[in-house]
Amino acid sequence: MPGLEDLYREIILDHYRSPRNRGELECPPAHRIEGFNPLCGDEIVVSLLVEDGALADIKIAGTGCSISQSSASLMSAAVKGKSVPEVRELIQTFKGMMSIHEATLPAGDGGKSVGDTLVEPMAIDINAIGELAALQGVVKFPVRIKCATLSWNTLAQGLDELGET
Amino acid sequence: MALSESTTAFDVAAVRKDFPLLARTVHGKPIVYLDSAASSQRPRSVLDAMRHYDETTHANVHRGVYTIAEEATRLFESARVAVGRFVGAPDPAHEIVFAKNTTECLNLVAHTWGRTHLHPGDVIVLTEMEHHANIVPWQMLAAERALEIRWIPVDDDGQLVFDDLEALVDGARLVGLTAMSNVLGTINPVAQVAEAAHRAGAVVVVDAAQAVPHLPTDVTAFGADFVAFGAHKMLGPTGIGILWGRREILESLPPFLGGGEMILDVRKDGFTPNEIPWRFEAGTPPITEAIGLEAAVAYLEGLTMPAVRQHEIDLTTYAMGLLRDRFGTDITIFGPPDPADRGGVISFALGDVHPHDISQILDEYGVCVRAGHHCAKPLMRRLGVNATARASFGPYNDEADVDVLAEALQHAREFFS
Repeated sequence: MPGLEDLYREIILDHYRSPRNRGELECPPAHRIEGFNPLCGDEIVVSLLVEDGALADIKIAGTGCSISQSSASLMSAAVKGKSVPEVRELIQTFKGMMSIHEATLPAGDGGKSVGDTLVEPMAIDINAIGELAALQGVVKFPVRIKCATLSWNTLAQGLDELGET
Repeated sequence: MALSESTTAFDVAAVRKDFPLLARTVHGKPIVYLDSAASSQRPRSVLDAMRHYDETTHANVHRGVYTIAEEATRLFESARVAVGRFVGAPDPAHEIVFAKNTTECLNLVAHTWGRTHLHPGDVIVLTEMEHHANIVPWQMLAAERALEIRWIPVDDDGQLVFDDLEALVDGARLVGLTAMSNVLGTINPVAQVAEAAHRAGAVVVVDAAQAVPHLPTDVTAFGADFVAFGAHKMLGPTGIGILWGRREILESLPPFLGGGEMILDVRKDGFTPNEIPWRFEAGTPPITEAIGLEAAVAYLEGLTMPAVRQHEIDLTTYAMGLLRDRFGTDITIFGPPDPADRGGVISFALGDVHPHDISQILDEYGVCVRAGHHCAKPLMRRLGVNATARASFGPYNDEADVDVLAEALQHAREFFS
């Protein structure tokens, strides 16, 4: 049974309490995109400034839980200044880390043992993602995965809308 | 652990023993189930009734002439009458329609009554505190038929604002409201709204999913035309919703879904719909679930609904007092300040800790609360929040459950400070 320390790593709490790149960019020239988590009502606003094929600036606004907010903050720090292909690759890597190989339900200690094993996260190069690895534990809490991926999906949608590949 | 000082007409400790799930642990701690507004737990009598039926009697209903088919039909129809009597239906055998859940019941009204009575420009009145189940079916119909939707506002105490009730319902063809808010616990004056609506010539649809499990409910006293609720919030199984409709209105309506059971005759050139209530029940109905529902009704009748209500007032009073004492201005409890005005539902905000994070920490203590928008986003916008945490009670909850809640909240507060 995963413990709270798997979910709420110190880096996550730090980014939650002191979010990086908070705010919105002037639009235009920046592009503004909103993301919603229909399950909990959380919303996030990502402002992107793409210049010369690179993500020159990014700001995050909106409200959400510690996981969605810290993931957005960690994301902003990780992608800022990177080329769009690098950002795309990081999005893929992150979403891979958050994916579940097989749909299983965590069984309770009073239940049957069906689905007792929680899924293994996808194998990824932890060294390549730096602080983002702190979010790895989220995958052990399946209902929170959508919290962690909200900002990343919003960023990807923003790049799609801009036609940046 | 606090001892109850209030008088409850039933023994909560004995009630708890009737609910097998409450014996389990979560993360090594006894479960503290505070999410009955989402779905209640089931007593052993319900589980046993369903298993007994499945093991001894099951056959399709209204079909066979053999013994168990007749027995199954009799039990199924007996459940209809039992639940109808439970909510004061004047003619339960004809006025109770079974569907999948409360949501389907409300959609049934939108499809049958709505499509035969609402035309472009017609007005529907809803309240700002409705569950999406009593909003979206009407919005879908409004988009299809170019209807206007008006909203009865909610004040800062979580009460409907009736200053302009006459004006709000003036010209309306339909008024939809919840008898008890699933977020705020607010108990609405359904009879008052229904009277004004009827004077204006409108039909009244009541979402009673939260009210029926927790308050003595009488559809006649409501003065409504349709009342919808679901078994799984009233100690019964999932998979069966109950719609009461005024007989003369049901008689006048077309079928809902098409298929078996809802017809008297089918020819190559058309069909003749069945009598009510079967006209609205296409296909094999939820039979085992109906058996469970009747057992749930019997269980609640055994406790008596006034006692259930009193228990929840006592527990809500205790919980609101304890949370305010413990957390002071750090906690915001949404909804009416007086427990007598609300059901056993407490939606709250704790400092700036997000409800998801509250719920996650509480889970470590075995405490089950709901975090989110509770399928009431217009109300969330009115309250100015994205989400709330919600603790809700059933007859099996006691003050010890509330004590564990407060302890766990204290930890959540410290964890995120």
